[in-house]
Amino acid sequence: MNHLAAIRQILAQHGRLSVNVDTLNDDSDLYVAGLTSLATVGVMLALEDQFNIEFPESMLSRRTFASLDAIAEAVDELATPSSSKVPVGT
Amino acid sequence: MNESETLPAGAPKPIFDRLVNEAHAIGKEVLAANAADVDRLARFPNESIDALRRARLLSAYVPKAFGGMGLNVVQIAKVCEVFGQYCGSSAMIYAMHKIQVACVVHHAQGSPYFQSYLRQLVDEQRLMASATTEMGVGGDLRSSICAVEVEGDSFRLTKKAPVISYGEAADDILITCRKSPNAPASEQVHVLVRRGDYTAEPLSTWDTLGFRGTCSTGFTVTSHGKAAQILPTPFADILAQTMHPFSHIVWSSLWSGIAIDALNQARAYVRTEARKTPGETPLNAIRLAEVDRVLQEMRNNVATFTHEYHDLLMHAPREALTSFGFSIRTNNLKLSASQLIVDIVGRAMLICGISGYRNDSKYSIARHLRDAYGAALMVNNDRIMKHNATMLLVHKEG
Repeated sequence: MNHLAAIRQILAQHGRLSVNVDTLNDDSDLYVAGLTSLATVGVMLALEDQFNIEFPESMLSRRTFASLDAIAEAVDELATPSSSKVPVGT
Repeated sequence: MNESETLPAGAPKPIFDRLVNEAHAIGKEVLAANAADVDRLARFPNESIDALRRARLLSAYVPKAFGGMGLNVVQIAKVCEVFGQYCGSSAMIYAMHKIQVACVVHHAQGSPYFQSYLRQLVDEQRLMASATTEMGVGGDLRSSICAVEVEGDSFRLTKKAPVISYGEAADDILITCRKSPNAPASEQVHVLVRRGDYTAEPLSTWDTLGFRGTCSTGFTVTSHGKAAQILPTPFADILAQTMHPFSHIVWSSLWSGIAIDALNQARAYVRTEARKTPGETPLNAIRLAEVDRVLQEMRNNVATFTHEYHDLLMHAPREALTSFGFSIRTNNLKLSASQLIVDIVGRAMLICGISGYRNDSKYSIARHLRDAYGAALMVNNDRIMKHNATMLLVHKEG
């Protein structure tokens, strides 16, 4: 799954970045682009809403929001239904 | 910061106990002796800071490897609490200096420039000040308008700072600014500017209710220096891992000291009352018992958080210090301590009655009370509360 386009839109709306999101690469450092840890709260809430996921405490770190790629990876991990991770028969 | 051998590991208990006794002696003989004059004239407590220099206390947090005392944060907090009992302004200056020292110790030790700076700080007992707030952005530490301009191996930097505590007396100032003229407001660095390399033009005066001796005047600082004077770590990390927790620990500690002294005044007053009515516990002794419990809560709160920070600093990966949970707890310490100091000192004044209210009585609590009200607004509690409210939208207590 790749959610990059939707994540990009959420960042544009909630990230309070100091640059236009369109100018960023998928691996650009979002903190350099003006993302602050408080702004990540808004981004996170929007992501949870959009993808019907919930960020666990352990993922509320600076690293999770370091780049578009990093966010996509986190979303992919959380959006994967847990049943598909469990071996059949358990 | 994970190489704990480069962090101040703490002095052995017998040595530290002697130091605490020495701090009390300096407090009594120097800080307390000048506190009223410093407060009345809103002047810098020269005598206090000179005494701390003679005791080598300005390098108390510098690791032994650089010649400092190598006290850990728990011990630094204790020293701040001791000084708070004698002169709030002197204690605040000492605490603020220590915050700057911690920023360098935690985040710049890898740089040859700062290694030699730390040795110089020890030798010369240099006093460090801070310029974080800025005209136009107010109290938001995570945003800067001014930018450092690096050309070759030199820099230039001008900042309009509405507040630089003891800016005139400081030897060096750590200034926050944008990393370059093209950088966004949040991409900040921390720059050390040295006495002799900057001019400071006053923007305001300092005539306040309390903490009058901190002389926190505003200045336009125009500075230059070597590019190596820019701390190698982004300011966002310095703030999260050091400045934020360290500030609230040392401030809360010295506020506890002010509260302790107010309560000692109240206790002395109640004792004189008790002597007048032998065999009977005076009515205001009940009030003393009540407020003593609140003081214990305050001190326990500070101690618990200080130990948590110490442990994380020594044993946990850096990430642990940037979590929302840790940040919320840091803020809660500040919110709680800054409110409790007003509560405790106010109750101490009621216990002493008119003797506490008077400026010219030996039981006067007036300076304590005026200082106490400053706690809630140095980094405004409403701003802190709003940050916590935002983080609590997603943080879950584990």
